[in-house]
Amino acid sequence: MRIPILKLHNYLLISIQTEIDDNTAIQFQEDLLSKIHQSGSSGVVIDLTSVEIIDSFIAKVLGDVVTMSDLMGAKVVLTGIQPAVAMTLIDLGIHLQNVPTALNLEQGLSRLHQELGE
Amino acid sequence: MALQSCVNIKKEWDIVGARQMGRDIAREMGFGTVDQARIATAISELARNIYLYAGSGKVCFEKIDTIEKRGMCMIATDAGPGIVDIGQVMEDGFTTSSGLGAGLPGVRRLMDEFDIKSAKNVGTEIKAIKWLR
Repeated sequence: MRIPILKLHNYLLISIQTEIDDNTAIQFQEDLLSKIHQSGSSGVVIDLTSVEIIDSFIAKVLGDVVTMSDLMGAKVVLTGIQPAVAMTLIDLGIHLQNVPTALNLEQGLSRLHQELGE
Repeated sequence: MALQSCVNIKKEWDIVGARQMGRDIAREMGFGTVDQARIATAISELARNIYLYAGSGKVCFEKIDTIEKRGMCMIATDAGPGIVDIGQVMEDGFTTSSGLGAGLPGVRRLMDEFDIKSAKNVGTEIKAIKWLR
């Protein structure tokens, strides 16, 4: 199973729609980094509206991919984290403090516009 | 105590299978979406521990239905290496793998009751309960 990555102008858009297992998460990490490299995209939005569970492993993969993309020079914004997921992450003790987030895809894109000054 | 349903944990995908089954049971029992997410996440953490540290084991679910209380109990068992220092693994931030170390203390916070039994080279049994409010 692979998570589709869509290109839109300078950005990459990802909407995670399926239950993610560990392998899919790791595969996604690799796919996203090579797509950033190939396309030269400066911003990425990962939309998590349909994700019902983020456990410690998936959280680590997501946090890491933000840092890795940052190292490459692309900004990542996570959007649409559901209330139940946010509450569960805090119970787990995962704060994802340095990860940029926005309420939804629209606000995620405006945040990228602002940060990248485009 | 009602009927038990179990999921064997042998491969990575079984982690997803276990949390889906647990979530379905929680939904059926009338848990709200936040508690469903807590239960499913706790199962995911326990199932992953089994997969990573013991290789195989199982996660079982029981509905608790008494006059005073209703709730869902999950029991994760494996015949793995066991945990030598339970106090240490229950500390926030302790990890022997590449996770965030959120594992067991996180599960304890997600659930209402938490009990762990482990013996070196015998295995580990973790029992956790979420009560319906």
